[in-house]
Amino acid sequence: MSLATIADGVVPQQNWLDKIGAGHVILGTALLLYPLVGSDFFLTQIAGYSMIFGVLSLSLMLLAGYGGMLSLAQITVAGIAAYAVAILGSNNSNVLGFGWPWWIVVPFAVAAAAVSSALIGWISVRTEGIYTLMITLAIATATFYFAQQNYAIFNGHSGYAGIHAPVFWGIDWRDPKPFYYLCLGLAILSYAAVLYGSRSTFGMTLQAIRDNPRRMRALGYHVTAHKVFAWFLAGILAGLAGVLLVWFNGRVSPGTIGVDVAIDILIIAVIGGLRHPIGPFVGAIVVILMQTFAIDIVGAERFNTLIGLVFLAIVFVSPDGILGLWGRIKPHLAQESLRAGP
Amino acid sequence: MTENLAANRLQSSGAYALELDGVARHFGALVALSGIDMRIAAGERRAVLGSNGAGKTTLFNAVTGDFLPTAGRIRFFGEDITDLPPHERIRRGLRRTYQISQLFRGLSVLDSIFLACRGVSRRRFSLLRPAASDVNMVQAESILNAVHLEAYRDTLVATLSHGQQRQLEIALALAGAPRFILFDEPAAGLSPTERRDLVAILNALPKHIGYIIIEHDLDVALRVSEYVSMMHNGRLFKEGTPQEIEADPEVQEIYLGGKHG
Repeated sequence: MSLATIADGVVPQQNWLDKIGAGHVILGTALLLYPLVGSDFFLTQIAGYSMIFGVLSLSLMLLAGYGGMLSLAQITVAGIAAYAVAILGSNNSNVLGFGWPWWIVVPFAVAAAAVSSALIGWISVRTEGIYTLMITLAIATATFYFAQQNYAIFNGHSGYAGIHAPVFWGIDWRDPKPFYYLCLGLAILSYAAVLYGSRSTFGMTLQAIRDNPRRMRALGYHVTAHKVFAWFLAGILAGLAGVLLVWFNGRVSPGTIGVDVAIDILIIAVIGGLRHPIGPFVGAIVVILMQTFAIDIVGAERFNTLIGLVFLAIVFVSPDGILGLWGRIKPHLAQESLRAGP
Repeated sequence: MTENLAANRLQSSGAYALELDGVARHFGALVALSGIDMRIAAGERRAVLGSNGAGKTTLFNAVTGDFLPTAGRIRFFGEDITDLPPHERIRRGLRRTYQISQLFRGLSVLDSIFLACRGVSRRRFSLLRPAASDVNMVQAESILNAVHLEAYRDTLVATLSHGQQRQLEIALALAGAPRFILFDEPAAGLSPTERRDLVAILNALPKHIGYIIIEHDLDVALRVSEYVSMMHNGRLFKEGTPQEIEADPEVQEIYLGGKHG
């Protein structure tokens, strides 16, 4: 009754809703209300952590799904932002720590990540496919060992600890609920930006370069410059995730940017699906849940085996990840509901 | 002949759309192109004929910069473009189509043409979605109509038929105010009706747009060109009007009377 009247009366709002999509509104509302029921553990360790890794994998999805460039260096880029937060802000390691306020530190950290990402991109875009993967793996490994062995800047294998999320507006942003909303805010913004950007001029050029770089050159595009710019944008996403990651952990060490984490991000992106920006978040939830609870199911020695088997099963059934699986099930569900209907 | 070339080099001006001086391309021991001298006036429409392996597509690749010539110079409207990367040549008004369609399978037809228009204008890096009133979008719509693809405006390129993909190839080359186009076998694999449409599209191009067309179908080639260059084993071997070429006994021996006859 009243709902229908409201919907009829306010036409622009209806358009606005149509534009965003009912699925997004339902999902967004559920995520906004989740802290009413979720425990602190689930809010931070599962939901918050998944969203951080979701944004990290989204940066990979942007490169791989739209640009056809597979990278293993996304955690390296996030790590650069994390180390920048530790070094430019405050920590308790007595090595470096300029003590700058967070609102100066964060833009610097994200900018450092984006520029580093562009640099990694500039080095790796001269290769394709498996070779890009190998070059980025080499960069990730080299950065890991450099951080581990360098004490002047990275404080060696112990890294930096005692890093605090900021406190402002009377809120300690590392408390479970505020931190959850911080992660949610970043996740929604990144997701919306990538979704919108996929139909922007640059988004289309990136997909066209993925499909046929030679033709793009023959249309007047500087293909390398476009690829490097994609790396720069992906670096912004990874950098923002890196800032939240260091606030979440309260510390950053070479272990944060290890090759195992780099592979986790690739697995998250592949399990979720690289076709749509929601994929990385779906993948992140699945992988984080498994990493957290597989130990309870199969014990500490075998939980990686279980994760590996689930990964194999998903990739075997659907090369497009869970998104592809959903794409195949959806028409069947629609048919079922048609049959069940009056 | 050498003096003549030297004189041409000195006098080079914007009168020629395309000038090739001694262009050669070697792949190891294989000589794909050798000593190609060519002058094509602005607005001229030229057919390049020759059997498979004669070096026609290699000639196109050298002009567009897909790979650099081993020797020789290439000038485009008087400017030496020999050392420019492909995208810089395109921004000066050069376009090409490919023998095997080179398209964007994941994009729609309209978006592909839009990108072709945007490629030679500003805002190539724009993070905003183009509005329907965007100047390049409007251009894309009009090119869409010019090549009769309006019914497939929002169709995914991967799902187009071969003939439609060939039409899109041409649409991409027409985008963004070209001054000179290289058509590489645009009629390959087209039905007789589609070939007629192709001839109509080529003949309807604005007079200032010149082109070179590589075409095995002599019927098409001779109807859309004013002048013909014959290639054989990487060399230019004969030039003349379509009638002269058709009547030339040597040409008939090598090309028309051969397996392509």
